[in-house]
Amino acid sequence: FSGAGGGNDIQWCFSQVKGAVDDDVAEADIISTVEFNHSGELLATGDKGGRVVIFQQEQENKTQSHSRGEYNVYSTFQSHEPEFDYLKSLEIEEKINKIRWLPQKNAAQFLLSTNDKTIKLWKISERDKRPEGYNLKEEDGRYRDPTTVTTLRVPVFRPMDLMVEASPRRIFANAHTYHINSISINSDYETYLSADDLRINLWHLEITDRSFNIVDIKPANMEELTEVITAAEFHPNSCSTFVYSSSKGTIRLCDMRASALCDRHSKLFEEPEDPSNRSFFSEIISSISDVKFSHSGRYMMTRDYLSVKIWDLNMENRPVETYQVHEYLRSKLCSLYENDCIFDKFECCWNGLDRQVEFFSVLHGSIVMTGSYNNFFRMFDRNSKRDVTLEASRENNKPRTVLKPRKVCASGKRKKDEISVDSLDFNKKILHTAWHPKENIIAVATTNNLYIFQDKMN
Amino acid sequence: MFVRGLKRKCFDGEEDIEGTLAGIKAIPSYNLQRQSLLDMSLVKLQLCHMLVEPNLCRSVLIANTVRQIQEEMTQDGTWQMINTQSTGQASLDRLVSTDILCRSSREQAEEKHVPSYGTFNKDFEGDQGQDSSETMSTASSVQAPRNFQSNVWEMENPQENKGNFQKSLDQIFETLENKSPNSVEDLFSEVDNSYYDLDTMLTGMMSNTKMGHCDGLETFSSPTNTASSSNCKSDLNELDHIVEILVES
Repeated sequence: FSGAGGGNDIQWCFSQVKGAVDDDVAEADIISTVEFNHSGELLATGDKGGRVVIFQQEQENKTQSHSRGEYNVYSTFQSHEPEFDYLKSLEIEEKINKIRWLPQKNAAQFLLSTNDKTIKLWKISERDKRPEGYNLKEEDGRYRDPTTVTTLRVPVFRPMDLMVEASPRRIFANAHTYHINSISINSDYETYLSADDLRINLWHLEITDRSFNIVDIKPANMEELTEVITAAEFHPNSCSTFVYSSSKGTIRLCDMRASALCDRHSKLFEEPEDPSNRSFFSEIISSISDVKFSHSGRYMMTRDYLSVKIWDLNMENRPVETYQVHEYLRSKLCSLYENDCIFDKFECCWNGLDRQVEFFSVLHGSIVMTGSYNNFFRMFDRNSKRDVTLEASRENNKPRTVLKPRKVCASGKRKKDEISVDSLDFNKKILHTAWHPKENIIAVATTNNLYIFQDKMN
Repeated sequence: MFVRGLKRKCFDGEEDIEGTLAGIKAIPSYNLQRQSLLDMSLVKLQLCHMLVEPNLCRSVLIANTVRQIQEEMTQDGTWQMINTQSTGQASLDRLVSTDILCRSSREQAEEKHVPSYGTFNKDFEGDQGQDSSETMSTASSVQAPRNFQSNVWEMENPQENKGNFQKSLDQIFETLENKSPNSVEDLFSEVDNSYYDLDTMLTGMMSNTKMGHCDGLETFSSPTNTASSSNCKSDLNELDHIVEILVES
């Protein structure tokens, strides 16, 4: 829908790209998660090296009304370090699997970051003043000999260069035997859940030595294991409701008021299998890699290998909408299984709220976005049913240049500007994308670069 | 290796049942594809990432795929064909060891499975004499379609005992989790193992002991035949013993 005309269509323009230019990707620089905070002013990324980089949006310049503020590095810190589990003789990766921001309550910002085993609550605070003029201390901190003090003065705060400090306030450890795939903050803003392959735990943000197990799907015999938890999220409005998705393509909605251990779901969302599409890979491609509630909580979106599905919480037996992300890959599943690409976990996201009040405004929940291969990402407009494929590439890096829609030629004659399936680069995958909560600004992570696109403001 | 000889056999064998599969022109190529998919899947399962814990989701999905293929092959009747072909010893042994190890995980840690294990062990040793390590592997893999779900050990043993032991372990796990999260949790996280962890450990053990893997596993499970009790103390002792063995390897 770029350039297609019409009041609703968003024209996406390149804004910025962050990260190294080299083709040689350092393993530690691989981006593993991207998340805007609740205001959209801050954008956090986590990488395989355990680092968190936070970008801050510049305050909008009133005179420069044709572009929204740029994002610049605000804070960088090492969130997780590699660890070694001596008992199992295995390394625990420092890769940041997820970051989730807490809503802002005071001057400081808080976020939760997690690797496979440990969740940490980080406080990011600014310091732009420092006290000067102590009586008993020199400016460099050395203590003065009290006998040399002849006059007294009152210390004052003087401005200093802005310093952004990140400090770990809580460490939630030792509660997960398996690898954590999700964290989700409850709408009560006091508790959160963490989910690994087989279990989901409920934590209180203030308490680190205790967590409650609310879902446990580990069978008594591990050899009976046929299904794992792939993602989990709290309902945005109901603090006792959460969902979790599985590797078999099901989503279970649970209510914590029903019992302490929510092993029995309140609702089970599952689409019956299409017998005409059945293959040995059917189960693998049905495995859900991400689940996201809409803001209202009425709908949820799931991502499986080939499609994005929108579910109405009131209807369990099938999704209300299904969007094909890259259906041309269905005939290539065997190769994708061989090179392990079939196990790639793509995320998906909803659009934010359009803060501009227009006659035809793009409301939240009307567009969904997800990534694909060859550094392509896809957007689906739920109202117009139109979709577009865009590319995150340094070739289009002139600011305010509208991105050209891309097209993959599935079979037959390849038209000009189309790309054939066989030329797709499966190493260039976009797994993580995020949409600004209030504006039409999106962050798209390629392997080691972060692209920021904005809509063309007229 | 596996594929070529098999394919011929399969093809020949299927001339008899071709009638039932009539109309599908691509019989050989479908079976070939299916076989190579099976092989690929087994290789994927065997490739343990020795440094970092393997992805459990991926392992489960691959294992489910293998199970699907095996079920279909069993229904087709093509599964039986695998028996008769002799192939590289090494690869089969590795397949067998993975099979046992992937299935055994917790069971080997629990003493009460010695009796059934003994049965299995006997089968293995009985066949060992002949040229039938292949037969053994096929026996174990023929069992695989069913036993992937419920293995030999499980069928021999009353569900209850295992359940009790499991429950008491979980109780310990939860109580202790609250008290001293650090080292004790690690202790239990070792026993409370994921799909692959014990596989990795035991593979290490196997290379240390010169015995066959079965013997190795036997010492592992040798401690006692004591009936399960929900007594925390005895469970802790058993766990200590298990950890000792694991740590010593």
